[in-house]
Amino acid sequence: MRFERREHRSTLLVIATPILAVVAALAIAGVLIALAGAPVFQAYWKILTSAFGSRLSATETLTRASPLILTGLAAAVAFRARLWNIGGEGQFYLGAIAASAASVHLFAGLPSLLQIPLLFAVGAVAGMVLLLVPLSLRLRFSVDEVVTTLLLNFVALLFVSMLIDGVLKDPAAFGWPQSEAVDAAARLPKLLARSRLHIGLGIAVVIAFLIYFVQTRTVFGVQSRAAGLNPSGAVFAGVPLGRTLVIVAMISGGLAGLAGTIEVLGVKGYVTTDLSPGYGYSGIVVAMLANLNPLGVVLAALFTATMFVGADGMSRSMGIPTYIADVTVALSLLSMLVAVFFTQYRIRR
Amino acid sequence: MMTETVLDISNVSKRFGDNLANDDISLSLAKGEIVALLGENGAGKTTLMSILFGHYVPDTGSVSVMGEALPPGKPRAAIRAGIGMVHQHFSLAPNLTVLENVMTGTENLWSLGSNVSAGRKKLVEISQRFGLKVDPDARLGDLSVGEQQRVEILKALYNDARILVLDEPTAVLTKLEAETLFSTLKDMAAQGLSLIFISHKLDEVMATADRIVVLRGGKLVAERRAGDTSKAELAELMVGRKVTRPLREASTPGEIVLEAAGVTVRSGGVDRLKAVDFRLRAGEVLGIIGVSGNGQAVLAQLLSGTIGRTAGDLVLFGKGVGDLTVADAVANGIGRIPEDRNRDGAIGEMAIWENAVLERLPEFSKAGLVDRKAGIGFAQKIIDGFDVRGGTPTSRIRLLSGGNMQKLILGRNLIEHPKILLAAQPARGLDEGAVAAVHERILEARRAGTAVLLISEDLDEVMALADRIQAIVGGRLSPSVNAEDVDAQRLGLMMAGEWEDTTHAV
Repeated sequence: MRFERREHRSTLLVIATPILAVVAALAIAGVLIALAGAPVFQAYWKILTSAFGSRLSATETLTRASPLILTGLAAAVAFRARLWNIGGEGQFYLGAIAASAASVHLFAGLPSLLQIPLLFAVGAVAGMVLLLVPLSLRLRFSVDEVVTTLLLNFVALLFVSMLIDGVLKDPAAFGWPQSEAVDAAARLPKLLARSRLHIGLGIAVVIAFLIYFVQTRTVFGVQSRAAGLNPSGAVFAGVPLGRTLVIVAMISGGLAGLAGTIEVLGVKGYVTTDLSPGYGYSGIVVAMLANLNPLGVVLAALFTATMFVGADGMSRSMGIPTYIADVTVALSLLSMLVAVFFTQYRIRR
Repeated sequence: MMTETVLDISNVSKRFGDNLANDDISLSLAKGEIVALLGENGAGKTTLMSILFGHYVPDTGSVSVMGEALPPGKPRAAIRAGIGMVHQHFSLAPNLTVLENVMTGTENLWSLGSNVSAGRKKLVEISQRFGLKVDPDARLGDLSVGEQQRVEILKALYNDARILVLDEPTAVLTKLEAETLFSTLKDMAAQGLSLIFISHKLDEVMATADRIVVLRGGKLVAERRAGDTSKAELAELMVGRKVTRPLREASTPGEIVLEAAGVTVRSGGVDRLKAVDFRLRAGEVLGIIGVSGNGQAVLAQLLSGTIGRTAGDLVLFGKGVGDLTVADAVANGIGRIPEDRNRDGAIGEMAIWENAVLERLPEFSKAGLVDRKAGIGFAQKIIDGFDVRGGTPTSRIRLLSGGNMQKLILGRNLIEHPKILLAAQPARGLDEGAVAAVHERILEARRAGTAVLLISEDLDEVMALADRIQAIVGGRLSPSVNAEDVDAQRLGLMMAGEWEDTTHAV
């Protein structure tokens, strides 16, 4: 048996790939559910109803999907240009803490229309800065950014933890380590009343379309794709490699920082060290599931959020560990990687 | 010549989809014989050898070694029967030593120890017997390409190969390394090994093989003894029609368009180019000839705008320029054909049209938005005008064959009638038909008044195309000589650095 490169990829194949991958993952996870002693189809039905069965659950799922779209885009944009930004989690937290601190100490009292965009900018810049450090190390000294961005996650989280137990600690929080609540004017407007769903979802989706447009239609998009696919070919064609990577890093880090900002302004209003259930890391999975396509990221984020929210409900009613959500998402990623391989190769005897 | 048959391939056919890669091919090999398998890219040479080595299962037909049938599709059985394969792209691990590479796969996976001393003894013995000198403890990644190939051959011999198959062995070698290789191969044949080597280069086939088998379109079209044929006949058999490489006709060069005076490029503390001087005139071809690794790649990079100079002056159209950037080069009408088209000339996964416009995106965009329609039109014009086959503007460039990719690269440079064309090894790795097409285009540009700087290590190519020739040795350029005034021998001396007595600058 050998693998042979496919010469043409049909559109049907490209669309069917992620669907087949998810179906395969659900089938394999079904075996595990059966082993845990629950009826498989009922369990999946429960996941679906827990994620979308009521107004409350549906808005909750969408609320969870919003930061995942942004961290997914952050990873997808960077990976396209072969910039391995594994630091989404750290950039998320740095964006969140910078924005909340700015709201409390700098912009308090400003009207929403002015304050929210300013805070978005502050959060995005914080995320950028955290990614530009490892990028400059790579450009200057060829330091592998996989290692540096990954490790900076821990640095960032500990730094945030230090701040919210120190200078930024909320004196009214009965000693809990959390930052002071942001200005009321900084809270994001709700999309739906009596829910946690805020305009962050709309912003994330608009940004996904924006990124798609930039990647396919602009000079920068074509150049950054060239830089990612074949750096020396790109240099020969006059693509400024360093500058392209810097811009890519600013977009990627900025998006992750913005994800943190939107999460803190939209949901909680203050920063704790459990603000993110691993949104930065899950963003990597989302990006891979979407095959780095910005529009696919929206769907992949929705799927991941569904699994996480749905599995909670399923485990409560059927007595199966919630880990099944992690397992299913992980299996989807693996089957997606296999499926992507088969869109590029075919089996030949 | 002994007549004992060691290998018999009979009636082998293999189909890939609609493509009949091997059509009823029969071939035998005698002990101590060197057979060359000649054919253009896609003629079915590599498929046939993959069947021999058990990588593919043939649809029909069989292979037998020493009279015993080889089970199809089993590389291990092929190795055990004494077939050794030297791949075009080496299957060696750069982080292991020579000895480790050679021994990999020869020992039982379950044995705890590794019998290194016995392995070393055997390796040294083989390397002495066949004159394949190599340090067993050198890290493979530190060796030159020629030495790595030697290791690949040693690995086959270590497995007691009696039949050695070499897939385009000279594709990656310099001329000198190739000559060494062929004398080694002849030695090996004299010691009773049988060799098949795959090639599309007529010179080396004529010089080395006892017998030449020509494949075309999957069929075995001819078999000749080396003494009974000529290069012209082989070329015709291989391509299926008469091919003649074009020759330049006389012309009067115009004014100087590009001049280098004392240009030095230093990197890593070494002078890659040392005080280089040349003058390039409109409507002439200046050939820079040299064994690769002597600075021609650096010269090409400098003029392509991808690196800067350390000292000296570059004068473009009578005006001094600082360091050229790629954008300057493109804007000034300098066409550039890179030495390595896959690495530098194309982004394999991007569409043909994107590859066509990538270096001139400012022209094909408005306010930062790419004009896709104009780009596709531009690519279509190149495809039509330069006879690029095998793709449409929106298909990925990786799908094109080497020759067609090179035609596309030529096209994107020549279609706008550049004032200067920088062509680095423009015909490297191409088959005979494509070489003729590329040469014809370069001469056409010369007729139209383009100044061509041709960097090449192929004597025939330089003598056919260039008006004047300079040799490059160790980063230094010789004074230029008129192509009419020199023969191959003189050029050979110049390439070896002996030009002091040939000085008469033009």
